[in-house]
Amino acid sequence: MSALRQLASRFFSSDTVFARRTVGGIQPLPFKEDSLRSRIMSTPIPQQLTIPIGAADGPEITLLVDIGEQVSKYKKLAVINISAEGVSDVPVHAPTSGVITSIENSIVADHSQQQQLCINLAADGHDEALQLEPQSNYSLLSRTDIVFLIRDAGVIGMGGAGFPTADKLSKCAESAIEFLIINAAECEPYITADETLLRERANKVVLGAQILKRASAARRCIIAIEDTKPDAIDALNQALQNETGLDQGCELVVIPSKYPSGSERQLIQCVTGIEIATGHHPTENGIVMHNVGTAYAAYEAIVEGKPCISRFTTLCGQALKTPKNFEVLIGTTADFLFELCGIETSNKQKSIVGGSLMGSEFGSDKAAICKTTNCIIAASANEFQAPQAEQACIRCGFCADVCPSKLLPQQLLAFSKTADTTQLLGHGLLDCIECGACDYVCPSQLPLVSTYKESKKRIENRRQDLELSDYWQQRFQFHQYRVKKEKDQAVSRKAVVPAKPTLAAEPAVKEQNDEADFISKEQASLDIAAAVARVKARRDEKNK
Amino acid sequence: MLPVISHWLTQFVIGSSLLLFIAFALLKINRYLLQQLTTQKSLVNRINRALPQTQCGQCGHPGCLPYARSISLGEASNKCPPGGQETILELAELLNEPVRGLDPAHGQFRDFSVAVIREDECIGCTKCIQACPVDAILGGPKLMHTVIASECTGCDLCVEPCPVDCIDMINQLAPSISQTTTPYFDRLSSPGVSS
Repeated sequence: MSALRQLASRFFSSDTVFARRTVGGIQPLPFKEDSLRSRIMSTPIPQQLTIPIGAADGPEITLLVDIGEQVSKYKKLAVINISAEGVSDVPVHAPTSGVITSIENSIVADHSQQQQLCINLAADGHDEALQLEPQSNYSLLSRTDIVFLIRDAGVIGMGGAGFPTADKLSKCAESAIEFLIINAAECEPYITADETLLRERANKVVLGAQILKRASAARRCIIAIEDTKPDAIDALNQALQNETGLDQGCELVVIPSKYPSGSERQLIQCVTGIEIATGHHPTENGIVMHNVGTAYAAYEAIVEGKPCISRFTTLCGQALKTPKNFEVLIGTTADFLFELCGIETSNKQKSIVGGSLMGSEFGSDKAAICKTTNCIIAASANEFQAPQAEQACIRCGFCADVCPSKLLPQQLLAFSKTADTTQLLGHGLLDCIECGACDYVCPSQLPLVSTYKESKKRIENRRQDLELSDYWQQRFQFHQYRVKKEKDQAVSRKAVVPAKPTLAAEPAVKEQNDEADFISKEQASLDIAAAVARVKARRDEKNK
Repeated sequence: MLPVISHWLTQFVIGSSLLLFIAFALLKINRYLLQQLTTQKSLVNRINRALPQTQCGQCGHPGCLPYARSISLGEASNKCPPGGQETILELAELLNEPVRGLDPAHGQFRDFSVAVIREDECIGCTKCIQACPVDAILGGPKLMHTVIASECTGCDLCVEPCPVDCIDMINQLAPSISQTTTPYFDRLSSPGVSS
């Protein structure tokens, strides 16, 4: 590969970036037309907002408001401390003004499928906002200032992983960054949030990309987009031509449409030709990737001074009359958006968060939109087939052909069934990006990805158990050491006769304490007798 | 002159090759012995690593390491209830034995639980502190005791000695952890394989 690249760099100028062919992948039907028909709409303010602030057993959360408190729009409600060092604080802001009614666990529209702690905010409809501080001279801001402002605005990765953007940016300081890639591929069926955003606000996205480029000190900024989005490509070209940039221009790379080219490692390989090794971070190879939505959020955070209180979410599915894209406030519930799109309740069978290939079902329509919810599908009964009965693997090898990570899905399935951890790890289970391409092509309807997920979870649990047992072993060894040491010391203490205490001030003190001592002893003996009696009574009861 | 030189040469060659051979043989023997020693030791280590290290003594040994030693000498490996089915499978694989069910004489499988002292009933007798194998209980004579939950192995050893029965084993596993998500796949269109 490197020889080919050398050859290529002789013919092209070495700086040319072009899309390369990547391994595997599928070309599913996009199902994107419906939601692309209308422009981005901003929603009316819902009466009740459920703002997620993180899993109850997850990172530490610092609440900054009380129940019953009146808050203004943009006020900081809570800070999620993702790491113990306090560097990864992600603040959560109020999307509108209102009163905090309660703080409780509820369902959130994300892939974890677990309840999260949420702040319930009853909106008052006035939408009274705090004064924002736009940075009109953003081109003069230093790198650390930008990172600070982005952290303060609570921006996290809008693509789906939800990694704090400020952390990603400060991680860039550790190594020289060659490429900043803005991921506009959006290869999964149904999702059009990034495409519409680019179509309508490409200027702002490009500005956001430049801000991210400055913050990560990247040499080049590349916006990668699939060739099936002609409108967005036109808008981007227009924006790049009019660019009154900070440092240097961004570049546009059109990549062939193929699922899952929007996955981080696959897109990096497609654009730069570099394959990131397992367990390594792209920044180690001088590459950092951000989503289009993140670039837009960075633009809002810096240029408008506006914290991250909304995101772009696609609403689609056959149960909706008018599928469209919304600029939706964080904490809006799914049923509110369904109403806006005109839902046929009788037709709706299930709600899915994410695209059709990697998405997962969420139980309640009261689920709240969080910062990573990019798409919600209200699926009708005949839109998705129910999982069919699995048949025997016929070793056709389609799954291995389409796997973007060059794995052998059928082997992994066999090892998962026998719970063979060594073989699973040897066959690269941890490289599986759970894209679902193997499921898509499997003629025997085997539940491949869900099995891998279970195996990954099992391996992770086993690792944690081992860690714990190592710790317990250490504690036990220390216990044994301590007991032995105390025994030895007791022997040596007996050997040395203790000196008699001097008879100076002691008796006086003792006389004073005698009575109190006696009373407390009497009290203690009474207490103990009572406790023993209690236990006897309880034991008798049990025996009966 | 020539025969003398050749004589010397043969002597040198034969002598040096003999020396080399002896050195090589010594090395081999040394390596063999070392291997014998380390495999024996590493078998105990590997068995010990498969055991859950709760140090509960339900197998009849004072701790996991003594049981591991005993297993390596031929004792049955199905006497560890806290390890669950996984430990039994792992040990059977490690020892190349058929998988057997848990020996019911040594207890039953149970979810991971942590000891909790009902503090208002504690009389401060320190008996549980002496029983705890990992020093997870805090307290002094005639003072209230408490269990450090993050250190507790759930071994049950403190429950028996308590004269007032004020220690409960509380289940720690939330049922939601084992639930897995089921993704929904788009199977409307015919599978399109791109190459």
